[in-house]
Amino acid sequence: MTKLITVALASTVLFTSLTANDVLKGSGASFPYSVYQKWIKAYNKETGIKIDYIKKGSSKGIKDAKARAVNFAGTDKPLSPKVLKANNLHQFPGVVGAITMGYNLPGISGLKLSRAATVAIASGEAKYWDDTVIASANVGLNLPHEKLTFVHRADGSGTTYNFTYYLSKVSKTWRKTYGAKKSLNWPGDHHIGGKTNSGVAALLKQTKYSVGYIDYADASNNNIAMATVENRAGNFIVPTLKSFQIAAAKATLDPKKDFYAVIADPKGAQSYPMVAATFILVPAEKPEMNKRVTAFYSWCYSNGQEIAKGLGFVPLPKSLTDKVKTYWMQKGIK
Amino acid sequence: MEKIFQKLALSSASLVFILLVGIFITLYITAKPAIDEFGFNFITNSDWNKDVALESAPTTELTDSDDAMILDEDDIMLEDEDDMMLDDEDDISTKTIYGGLVPIVGTLLTTLIALAFSLPIAMGIAVFLAEIAPKNISNVVGVAIELLAAIPSIIFGMWGLYYFAPIIADLFGGYQVSLLTAGLVLGVMILPFMAAITRDSMNTTPAVLKESAYALGATKFEVIKDIIFPYSKVGIIGSIILALGRALGETMAVAFLIGSIFVLPSKITDPTISIPVAMANNFGEASGLGESALFYLALILFIISFAIISIAKFYFLKRAN
Repeated sequence: MTKLITVALASTVLFTSLTANDVLKGSGASFPYSVYQKWIKAYNKETGIKIDYIKKGSSKGIKDAKARAVNFAGTDKPLSPKVLKANNLHQFPGVVGAITMGYNLPGISGLKLSRAATVAIASGEAKYWDDTVIASANVGLNLPHEKLTFVHRADGSGTTYNFTYYLSKVSKTWRKTYGAKKSLNWPGDHHIGGKTNSGVAALLKQTKYSVGYIDYADASNNNIAMATVENRAGNFIVPTLKSFQIAAAKATLDPKKDFYAVIADPKGAQSYPMVAATFILVPAEKPEMNKRVTAFYSWCYSNGQEIAKGLGFVPLPKSLTDKVKTYWMQKGIK
Repeated sequence: MEKIFQKLALSSASLVFILLVGIFITLYITAKPAIDEFGFNFITNSDWNKDVALESAPTTELTDSDDAMILDEDDIMLEDEDDMMLDDEDDISTKTIYGGLVPIVGTLLTTLIALAFSLPIAMGIAVFLAEIAPKNISNVVGVAIELLAAIPSIIFGMWGLYYFAPIIADLFGGYQVSLLTAGLVLGVMILPFMAAITRDSMNTTPAVLKESAYALGATKFEVIKDIIFPYSKVGIIGSIILALGRALGETMAVAFLIGSIFVLPSKITDPTISIPVAMANNFGEASGLGESALFYLALILFIISFAIISIAKFYFLKRAN
């Protein structure tokens, strides 16, 4: 009996140590989780390499990377070169995603949201749908005098961070009062919180006269109407994969600064404004392990395009992935 | 053999105690930075995660303890972010305040609604199953009740969000996700515990007692009121205590249904937040003082549950005995 137990114990220990060496471990941002998950699956099918990515949120991802608890970490909030250097980390972009303004207005489609309107909705200043700040951009639409309900994420999330970052770029008052945060105590008295993107989607679908920010994939999967939003150039842009791609191409991510930039509200007449890049952190002192991480992302850049598009994410443009590859080369992790 | 068995039994019993004390101590240690910072004002303050201007000089804060170091580190990160986007603001002059009043009130109110809703129904079910229903019906309904207890809370959450919430909103007005919706679904969740335990304790009423009451000319209602309820009082109170424990700590289902906003509800159909939901929602992204404030909330929940359950136990059970 005891022999059996020892054998069983020994084999489990052996087994776990073997697999532990085999599996690349990652943790962090939840915003790109769906696309990373599918990439990992497809990559595993093709190469047999196992990768574990646990969504813990960006802050925990950064913590894990600093503590060297994982082989790579995802974060929606890029770290500055100074912080990277202090913690001996490298950083590169993983994928670009978009946030849309979903709405539920019975009998009305083709809603346009100006920059001022988006801020007024989020800050609780626009209380009714026929408020001039919303109506002025929707001359043809007969907006009802109904109470507006703003739906937001209840749990801390990269989606919220990217949305509030966009708001901070659009409005100085927003920047001063709230700034960009992963979870926010939302102002106003007519808002509700949904847990996860699917929770927000359900609330948007059920609550008449509601509007809220939600990622493109969940909005389109749930047939939620998405507003056309005003970009930096003053044009109203329909949320489509194409307009996301145009926006991603305009993003200025500089390898010299370890790609340290948030790409929200990019320039360009046809760019969709609410886009966000999400980043990968790797510990600099482990080049061998990092080579396996970069091999995975390099595979994703070239083979993961269709998967990303299917989930409403934008694959990084070729010009950018070339820059990333040079960056890897320079750091000796390719 | 006898000795070994005794030791084993003792160690399993003391394990629970050690765990309980251990959890309490870790909660206290992790909550300490927030306790030091906010003290008892935490319980009466309804502002969560609010930036306010700093009155005291920042230097006094830094010398406090190592939690100040964590906060400091976070500030550097924020500052870094600032030089990219918040060019005209100095974030150092503000500090973040956490107050736990809203989640505390939310937890107590949802539990109260759940209890008010499920207690009469559970008693009705138990009386029906134990005394009124014929055996075959009693068995079928009994199994159904026990199955209800086995459903994972996430399923109650999804069912509540997709099907139950719209009905509640149509009936009572207001938002789909609210104190009321969360409380009612919570009530459905604790219902089977109360009903099953109450039924079992009612079944233990000796037949002799019931029969003598009937022989004296008591009606069925009188037997239930005067014989069965007094006899099974202890079991009923026990079932309420168990249900209370579950209702106070329920996370997943409530997280989908309560609306999760840090605002005190002014009416029953308003969205708000409870302690477990606040923790589940914010833990992933919390750091520094925010994380510590969440642990402070956890500690308060621990104390609330402990207090309610011990009061119920000592006060009511003593009277019942």
